[in-house]
Amino acid sequence: MSSAPSSPSRFAPFTAIMRREFAGYFRTPLAYVFLAVFNAFAVSLAFFVGGLFESGVASLDRFFLYHPWLWAFLAPAAGARLWAEERRQGTIELLLTWPVTVWQAALGKFLAAWLFLACALLMTLPVAFTVGYLGNDGSRWNIITGPDWGVIAGGYAGSLLCAGSCLGIAAIASALTRNQVIAFVTGFLACFILVLVGYGVFDELLAGVLGSGGVDEIRRLGLWRNLEPFTLGLVDARPIAYFLSVAFAGLGLSTIIIERR
Amino acid sequence: MPLIEAKNLSKSYGVIRAVSDVSFSVDRGEVIGFLGPNGAGKSTTMKMLAGHIRADSGTASIAGFEVAAESVAAKQHLGYSPEGAPAYGEMTVREFLRFAADLRGLADPAASVRETLALCRLEEVAAQTIDTLSKGYRMRVGFAQAVIHDPEVLILDEPTDGLDPNQKFEVRRILKEMAARKAVIISTHILEEVGELCTRVIVIAKGEVRCDESRDKFLARGPDLNAVFRKLTA
Repeated sequence: MSSAPSSPSRFAPFTAIMRREFAGYFRTPLAYVFLAVFNAFAVSLAFFVGGLFESGVASLDRFFLYHPWLWAFLAPAAGARLWAEERRQGTIELLLTWPVTVWQAALGKFLAAWLFLACALLMTLPVAFTVGYLGNDGSRWNIITGPDWGVIAGGYAGSLLCAGSCLGIAAIASALTRNQVIAFVTGFLACFILVLVGYGVFDELLAGVLGSGGVDEIRRLGLWRNLEPFTLGLVDARPIAYFLSVAFAGLGLSTIIIERR
Repeated sequence: MPLIEAKNLSKSYGVIRAVSDVSFSVDRGEVIGFLGPNGAGKSTTMKMLAGHIRADSGTASIAGFEVAAESVAAKQHLGYSPEGAPAYGEMTVREFLRFAADLRGLADPAASVRETLALCRLEEVAAQTIDTLSKGYRMRVGFAQAVIHDPEVLILDEPTDGLDPNQKFEVRRILKEMAARKAVIISTHILEEVGELCTRVIVIAKGEVRCDESRDKFLARGPDLNAVFRKLTA
């Protein structure tokens, strides 16, 4: 047999774990159910609730409006297995006695899950092309020149970052338990609170407790408040920093939880 | 330099002291039979050696690398099969071993998988998902991932548990083949394995080492090994 190399690549464990985790989503029907549900809800909400068609505007802001809700539900669904499944199967003992650091394992798992969510998001691209088609004024190249593709790309980037934040929270929930259902419910509730922050009724409730100044500060922590600038074509460092901070704080905390198990 | 070294290892879970001041070392060519009743601290000691749990005090080293401080280097020299041989059930045997080979960064992972499948006689189930395998095959898959990189140190927690006599014979045969080049620890309840496989015996009870001696000395304690075991672990 081939003996262990004296200095294997630092990336070998990370890439092996990322590949296994990403492929793992497609080994069960869960991935296909997930992709179907995400697409069905993303499109239905935009057209039937958001009135994307009736608005008569070649813009996707009504499509992205519902993405924080979708990610709050579906990112914990995809992230619940990250550590909970390893614990349930007992494979965590195997994985962490192989020559891999907890950080490498956690990052590989996290990026694989994020990539999976990116696939779900990319499958909604026909919505963007539909908007382009509907906004066509008859000229031959309107599909390319008509809608503002920069704004649409910004919306997709923002949605993906939002998904990463929800996944960070889901990773913490998954590291805390061996039960995927508990991991999902806990992750969903935490994300749900971040979705509610910034919505009228919830803000009024908070204003009663904190006063209007306090609500303004807290509102900055809402998912939609941070996603909205992307859908309007505004590139601002603050929402990018917010989404990445939540994502990597979640990744870091989940790693610490696993290290101290 | 011993390939495995445990120095004053201790571990408590709440008020329960699972392992108390355990020390021993294992050289190349030795096969240690790690004996003890359920809950004696065998698995906890092995988990500390493998780097899965941290010792409250004391140190463990594998091939000269301290497990807590140089964890990745230590684990490169270690093959470990936890109790019950957990594995990713949704993967096929071949995929699982390929994953282990890739993760370890082996130079020719495809060849390592092929050779390990042959060594552990797993070729006929290589394309089957692990969830569909019988217990005997699952235990062999657990053993296969532990030896795929031909490590210097093998730590196997009850590798023959639940196997039928033929399967036990197979695992012992493979272990005997590779034992001279390695330091091996196997935990077991099966006292007959001591005579067949081990060169040395460590008996542990209530978290403490009760006996650490050569196989011959252990076997000379009496004709009835069960009685010897009961007396040592009382």
